[in-house]
Amino acid sequence: MNNPSERSERYYNLYKENIKRISERSSPYFNSFREAAIDEFNKLGIPTKKNESYRYTNLDTFFNHEYKSYFMPSASDFKKAEEFRCDVTDLDAHGIVLMNGFYPTIKDKMRKLPGGIWIGSMNEAADKFGDQIRKHYNKYINGNSDGLVHLNTAMASDGVFIYIPEGVVLTKPIQIINLVQSDEDIFNQHRSLIVAEKNSDVTVIVCDHTLSPNKFLTNGITEIYVGENAHFEIIRVQNEHNNAGKITHTFMHQERNSYASSNNITLHGGLVRNSTYHFLGGEGAECKSLGLFLADKWQHVDNFVNVDHAFPKCTSNQLFKGVLDDMATGAFNGRIYVHKDAQGTVAYQKNNNILLTDDAKMDTKPQLEIYADDVKCSHGATVGQLNDDALFYLQSRGIEKREARLMLMFGFAHEVIQNIKVEALRDRMDKLVMQRLKGELSRCAFCMVKCG
Amino acid sequence: MLIIKNLKAEINGKAILKGISLEVKAGEIHAIMGPNGSGKSTLAAVLAGRELVTVTEGSVTYFGKNLLEMPPEERSKEGIFLGFQYPIEIPGVSMVNFMKTAVNEHRKYKGLEPLSASDFLKMMREKKELVEIDSKLANRSVNEGFSGGEKKKNEIFQMAMLEPRLAILDETDSGLDIDALRIVANGVNKLKRPDSSAIVITHYQRLLDFIIPDVVHVLYDGRIVKTAGKELALELEEKGYDWIKKEVDKKDLA
Ligand SMILES: Nc1ncnc2c1ncn2[C@@H]1O[C@H](COP(=O)(O)OP(=O)(O)OP(=O)(O)O)[C@@H](O)[C@H]1O
Ligand SMILES: [Mg+2]
Repeated sequence: MNNPSERSERYYNLYKENIKRISERSSPYFNSFREAAIDEFNKLGIPTKKNESYRYTNLDTFFNHEYKSYFMPSASDFKKAEEFRCDVTDLDAHGIVLMNGFYPTIKDKMRKLPGGIWIGSMNEAADKFGDQIRKHYNKYINGNSDGLVHLNTAMASDGVFIYIPEGVVLTKPIQIINLVQSDEDIFNQHRSLIVAEKNSDVTVIVCDHTLSPNKFLTNGITEIYVGENAHFEIIRVQNEHNNAGKITHTFMHQERNSYASSNNITLHGGLVRNSTYHFLGGEGAECKSLGLFLADKWQHVDNFVNVDHAFPKCTSNQLFKGVLDDMATGAFNGRIYVHKDAQGTVAYQKNNNILLTDDAKMDTKPQLEIYADDVKCSHGATVGQLNDDALFYLQSRGIEKREARLMLMFGFAHEVIQNIKVEALRDRMDKLVMQRLKGELSRCAFCMVKCG
Repeated sequence: MLIIKNLKAEINGKAILKGISLEVKAGEIHAIMGPNGSGKSTLAAVLAGRELVTVTEGSVTYFGKNLLEMPPEERSKEGIFLGFQYPIEIPGVSMVNFMKTAVNEHRKYKGLEPLSASDFLKMMREKKELVEIDSKLANRSVNEGFSGGEKKKNEIFQMAMLEPRLAILDETDSGLDIDALRIVANGVNKLKRPDSSAIVITHYQRLLDFIIPDVVHVLYDGRIVKTAGKELALELEEKGYDWIKKEVDKKDLA
């Protein structure tokens, strides 16, 4: 059953068997997209290495597996979610928890924050924020060629919805905690939407966490709309166990003169694939796409980035870094597409990787398609070891080799971390990265809920 | 303090140092001059413990101990300081963190408690003033984006923080403007204790007006070919190295 097409068919059958159950619990508006999406999925299938953008990532071990549950968490899962506290101690954030892809509280499915911001369940929002949902849901995916995107549209039924009204500046970040926990192997898909209206300014932190040792696979989508002149930051922190597969798709649509950044920090995880799509959809928009991963053992981390310069005078900046130990593997694929009319484009891309062993492997590929003339564009990629000269420099000041290596790796990672605007989170990330580099960060090391 | 005997060393199989002998006593300042590529920095690297350079013969004794057996960090903690000809940029590592780690490693080695955050900052402030380094530089990543002169000053700042017994300054004067040169030289002189020593590698007599050497050596083709008093530096400034090269080549022929 595990050749690629049979495998895709298995997910199609899953859809057929469960679509009634999914539809009953979902808003009619979400349901209206499901059929077209599953058709699209049938055409595209689950990506294999033959798909250009998955060339270096093998999804087999996760998609060939039979999961026990695909849809609904149990009541006890919800209880765990309510007990969960993140110990990013100094981090004063508006928190919201998703359990196995579902918004777990029964009451208060939508919460109002200062300034008229709303956060809550996606499914609930379909009723309460029908206008916003109709305006933005599934609008930024534009003929995506990744079958998993369409599988999500076909089957996901909940996630997080955040609405930030015009002009609202939120000094406290919003924290979304994605928990996966079950005594059974599960596959879950969730779908989130964030709307940041004109002139607003917010930071959203997404923490991806697994809490039990079972085999998990997550396929999640986040669509983000960043209005004119708005300032939006999203930071995704991934700390999952070696038996977890995590696939995320983030679509960020930006209007004129807006600024948006995305930062994927992968501390731990079995197989991680983050696709980040930036659409610069108005003059003067600027985006930053950042990423850092630390991988060891047999872990695999793949970052795919697509920056679409559709309008003149936009700026984009990609910086992705990876540290690979043992026989870990990684991939980076950064695409910059500059449309014909996008004059005055500035687009940068940098990908630097450190291999700590001979067995670790990193594939990196820039992909530039430029159809405008007035474009400033640069890209550079390195895969190498720690810098010997720098190591010697530190040692020559009395710092032991082990410590000097740690400092260099930390410094390497810090170049990504330093972009985080919220200071408490930045410091916390620095600490977590240091712990991880020292080998102290096992999965869930910073959870209150002790498991496994 | 430091006794180098018949030191030979190579890099990637290529002989660079071809038998160097040199003794530095407590309190002395030695200047080493010599044409480009003669092996001055390689000698400094051997003394600091750079693995890239392989010692093939000879010995180096430092306070009676075999220096060549010590890892670089131990040499540093034993009081050897190398001011790099080309200081390394280390993005993402802050000067403060770098120096705090280094200073506390040195203290641990001496059996002292680590400095408190406030004591450390106080120490940083004092030493910054001593070498007149721009305060802001210490808040940045190690040497990152520093100008050539700033990097050299930063070396002297680190030296001030670590208070070495033997400072090896590799062309710390190159790339400095006249004022910076004076500041750096003053810094070195202020840091000099009666029993501490220095090996100053330079191309210019100018520096030696400020830091007055007891001895001047000329290194040429991996060997010390001439040793004399400070007047040798003046002579070299006037006449260049040709006459020395000729002398050596004549001797080699004979
Ligand atoms: N990493 C290296 N690999 C190969 N050869 C090297 C390396 N480092 C130095 N050398 C060679 O060793 C020789 C001595 O170099 P060194 O840097 O010690 O000279 P120097 O006397 O300090 O010169 P300068 O006055 O230009 O600083 C040179 O021929 C140089 O090319
Ligand atoms: Mg040199």
